[in-house]
Amino acid sequence: MSGLEEQLQKKILVLDGAMGTMLQEYKFSEEDFRGERFKDWPAPLQGNNDLLSITQPKAIATIHRKYFEAGADIVETNTFSATTIAMADYEMEELVDELNYESARLAKEVAVELTKKNPEKPRFVAGAMGPTNKTASMSPDVNDPGFRAISFEELRLAYRQQAKALIKGGVDILLLETVFDTLNAKAALFAIDELKEELALDIPVMVSGTITDASGRTLSGQTAEAFLISVSHIPLVSIGFNCALGAKQLTPHLEVLNRFASSGVSAYPNAGLPNAFGEYDQDAEEMAAEIKEYLEKGLVNILGGCCGTTPKHIKAIADITKDYKPRKIVTPKFSTVL
Amino acid sequence: MIATENKEKDMEIRPLKLSGLEPLVITPDSNFVNVGERTNVAGSKRFLRLIKEEKFEEALEVARDQVDGGAQIIDINMDDGLIDGKEAMVKFLNLIVAEPDIARVPIMIDSSKWDIIEAGLQVVQGKCVVNSISLKEGEAEFIEHAKKIKRYGAAVIVMAFDEVGQADNYERRIEIAKRSYDILVNQVKFPPEDIIFDLNIFPVGTGMDEHKKNAIDFIEGTRWVKENLPHCSVSGGVSNVSFSFRGNNPVREAMHSVFLYYAIKAGMNIGIVNPALLEVYDNIPKDLLEHVEDVILDRREDATERLLEFAETVVGSKKESKVDLSWRENPLQDRITHALVKGIDTYILEDIEQARQEASKPIEVIEGHLMIGMNVVGDLFGSGKMFLPQVVKSARVMKKAVAYLLPYIEADKSNKRSSAGKVLMATVKGDVHDIGKNIVSVVLGCNNYEIIDLGVMVPPEKIIDTAKAENVDAIGLSGLITPSLDEMVFLAKEMQRQNFDVPLLIGGATTSKAHTAVKIDPQYKNAVAHVNDASRAVTVVGDLLKEETRIKYMSDLKAEYDKFRQSFKKRSKVKSFLSIEEARENRYSIDWENTQITKPNNPGIHQIDHFDLKELEAFIDWSPFFRSWDLHGRYPDILEDKVVGEQATSLFKDAQVLLKRILDEKLLKAKAVYGLFPANTINSDDIEVRYEENSEEKTILFRSLRQQLKKHGGKPNFALADFIAPKETGIQDYIGCFCVTTGFGTAELAKKFEEDLDDYNSIMIKALADRLAEAFAEYLHKKIRREDWGYAPEENLSNEELIKETYKGIRPAPGYPACPDHLEKLSIWEILKVKERIGVKLTESLAMWPAASVSGYYFANPEARYFGLGKIKDDQVKDFAERKGIPLKEAAKWLNPNIAD
Repeated sequence: MSGLEEQLQKKILVLDGAMGTMLQEYKFSEEDFRGERFKDWPAPLQGNNDLLSITQPKAIATIHRKYFEAGADIVETNTFSATTIAMADYEMEELVDELNYESARLAKEVAVELTKKNPEKPRFVAGAMGPTNKTASMSPDVNDPGFRAISFEELRLAYRQQAKALIKGGVDILLLETVFDTLNAKAALFAIDELKEELALDIPVMVSGTITDASGRTLSGQTAEAFLISVSHIPLVSIGFNCALGAKQLTPHLEVLNRFASSGVSAYPNAGLPNAFGEYDQDAEEMAAEIKEYLEKGLVNILGGCCGTTPKHIKAIADITKDYKPRKIVTPKFSTVL
Repeated sequence: MIATENKEKDMEIRPLKLSGLEPLVITPDSNFVNVGERTNVAGSKRFLRLIKEEKFEEALEVARDQVDGGAQIIDINMDDGLIDGKEAMVKFLNLIVAEPDIARVPIMIDSSKWDIIEAGLQVVQGKCVVNSISLKEGEAEFIEHAKKIKRYGAAVIVMAFDEVGQADNYERRIEIAKRSYDILVNQVKFPPEDIIFDLNIFPVGTGMDEHKKNAIDFIEGTRWVKENLPHCSVSGGVSNVSFSFRGNNPVREAMHSVFLYYAIKAGMNIGIVNPALLEVYDNIPKDLLEHVEDVILDRREDATERLLEFAETVVGSKKESKVDLSWRENPLQDRITHALVKGIDTYILEDIEQARQEASKPIEVIEGHLMIGMNVVGDLFGSGKMFLPQVVKSARVMKKAVAYLLPYIEADKSNKRSSAGKVLMATVKGDVHDIGKNIVSVVLGCNNYEIIDLGVMVPPEKIIDTAKAENVDAIGLSGLITPSLDEMVFLAKEMQRQNFDVPLLIGGATTSKAHTAVKIDPQYKNAVAHVNDASRAVTVVGDLLKEETRIKYMSDLKAEYDKFRQSFKKRSKVKSFLSIEEARENRYSIDWENTQITKPNNPGIHQIDHFDLKELEAFIDWSPFFRSWDLHGRYPDILEDKVVGEQATSLFKDAQVLLKRILDEKLLKAKAVYGLFPANTINSDDIEVRYEENSEEKTILFRSLRQQLKKHGGKPNFALADFIAPKETGIQDYIGCFCVTTGFGTAELAKKFEEDLDDYNSIMIKALADRLAEAFAEYLHKKIRREDWGYAPEENLSNEELIKETYKGIRPAPGYPACPDHLEKLSIWEILKVKERIGVKLTESLAMWPAASVSGYYFANPEARYFGLGKIKDDQVKDFAERKGIPLKEAAKWLNPNIAD
């Protein structure tokens, strides 16, 4: 049993909040994104947040630290788009290994430092693996439903490369997040499973899907239970949902996972639903109040925040979470159906 | 809930969990899971042909039919020497994934080739079943494939096959199953609940001694596997077992039922069963049952010989109506039920008379004998064991019987007949199409509903008033042309305003779940149900009227439509449109300098008054005829279809009889008017047509509509006007238009059949008239191409090629996808003087009367093609209204179904 799984038995673990929201405050310019090293890079780089792990490492480390200090047990590496597929937008495919390695190392450094300070509260780093910007089971062309912009094989190779570099950089967990197309996630899980065998390493894996709207389905059309079934062939420490919805809207879907999942359940919703300008304006107290429902119903094992959340939100979540027991994880050997 | 036995308490339950878009969880308590097998090129000739011809759209319909028909998993197999199996598998799966109503169920990827299986696993997001792997090529390969399947997250069917061969007895079955299981569970760590054994179902009754135990060994093998190999499932293809009795369906059906009865008891929980070849176990005649069980369970040395002998006395239902009258020996109730189920009216009156004499009141014959029989019909129909034409024939028998009894019942005033409910049926104002409505009426009538049929072109006031006066329990509206959709919306609003609380049923070719959910349902607080399939009508109406299900069904429906609306709104947001100016910029351009333009040989207007319908026989496209009877498939293959073939053949035969009468006795009149005129496109989208009226030169404009949906990959935004040379090119081009009818006489004939209580032929005559009108349009188009216009004088196409539209030039019809605007019919009527010349009228909704009529344009350019207009935006509606000089509101009303939200 890894340290993480031990902690999961004891309490509800707190995951960090949004990286992007925090970075916006720095108002980095194109020059800041480029730094010295990429000043002559042929493609525009502003907006390539993952690159900041190399060009603005201090900012990234500071954000990780703020989240840990707010009470997070786990922070996510700054690698949401660090695959060859997503980096193609910036012509940075060749930097994928370095981006993942550096981001992992950076986060791990802060985690180790804080764990040392307070060994009672071990800190973990989750290697964030985003959905990429392409979908393997949907066509981008409404007139050609049979077309696919990306194949399983391409995804498998891209995820394999990302996971390998993250592991090398020292992450404790691999976190497949914002899954909007289950087939993308299955390609990633395939790669991770291969890698685990190859490296003889039993690294914990978390999967977090996204229910896109009130229809209660993922973008690729699955219900929460179908999604759970589709990714349950690989052992997971947790399955959950993040992004797209606020805490309140996520509740019914978490209830489904709570009923059927044999792993832990995670949730890191957005700070409410976006307002008319696309901004998230739910404050920390409001969000914590909504999250209280999860706790009272005993739905979750891991809690954090997605778009619009800040260390304030995470602190509010960490504070309220303390008083509650984690959801009981029923191991695959569930007793009897009555 | 009741606690289970102690023994089971410790027994962990690990269900087999699969997923499409929705979950499928199979527990020991689940009912038998039926796998749809029509999407298998090895099992379905039709599917094979569709895949070979790359008709993936139609192939998708096969999959959809399976799911609609209740398949909980669909098996997909592309193993055929003449197709690229890998490519076909990937393409078909990719298309399925884009159809939420198919993709909701899990997929079984079926191939004997590993590379096809793997290619399939790489394109499906849900948890599939791989069909299959085995130890045939040794342990190494078995392990390698199992490991990959686990990594892809699929369940697996394991065949009882090893290096030595296929397991063909009890011992070999359990030996291979155990060995496979141990390797999978212990070495590969494959979850045992994800293992499904196929223990090989082989034929019995072959006359060979070594086959005698084939069924019982399977059954016993299944029992052993379920008891000794925890958590796994057992599956198989059931029809194999009766292979040696091909041609004798009653025996085969009995064999399948008996086999399943015992195999399911032993633990078989998944299988491929053709529901059309399954008799209800309890309905198998005792003597047949005994003979079949002897064979399946190997209970007697001479079991096979005895069954073979007995089988000869079991006459297939095909021959039955001709020779086998043994059912006449049965008790009265059985005879009446038999007559209703088989649709035989020869003896019904004599049986009914006997029943009447035996009953204390004549009404008891209807409520007893006849309803018992019709309930059997309803159950068989509901479970997919009878098809629509059979039910309509049943209704004919029922009606005859009831008509015979009515005078007696009326004489005996003491009792009134009780019905399941009163349903008002009407084709809405302005619409004349009623085939579908009549079928639904008949089917409901069969199920003891009292039908008040107001006929066609029924104004809304009349529907509302009748509904009130008769205190009906439900209202059913039907329509075929697009303006009818607005009529239905109006009626829903009216029903709400007048505080109705009865359910509103919507049906007809132009209606859709989308329109019902988005436009009609929100107008009416009470239940609204889209029922486009006569076979669903009975259950839907039943659920809506029965006290115990009414409220739940209605709220489920409301919730379903609400959900649909949400996703519909989302969907329409994704599409992006061009402004009408941009769309015109992206028009389809023909190279006018080099294209073929032919001056018509016979310009001007021509009329055909007396046309011999016999000429049309060869031009009939029969596939839509079967479709109007809810039998889906393409003619002539449909006659051979495994499921509906027998019914299709019998329906076709009846159609031929009536058609011959129509032709011989000249029961219908065919008339046509058509014209060919000089024309040019002006202002991008209008076609200016020059014609003569009373020696005076006139012009008229045909307004075409242009696609506005943003296209990918440089595809143009079509309008019909693109196929006519623009005036500024200085090139004189031509256009034609026409109206044909074969409808005169239909209404009278249908009425006569109705008076004879023969709904079957009353519906048949209308369906045939429709086919003849289409055939006439096809005939005339050919004549135009070869003679009157003469741009393709050498053309010589077979009927099949005509149906496939391989000819040059097109004949789009107003109201259909390329030009959905019905208003343009007015221009055709104006220029050809259709009403004055051949008497075909337009209703207020611009439907043609008589209904069996076709009108449209002719375009001769070799590049002219059919297309669907799709959705258009407000700017084009405004532009169209201005061009046409009509108020915007009126234009919006007529174009409403095509305007994007």
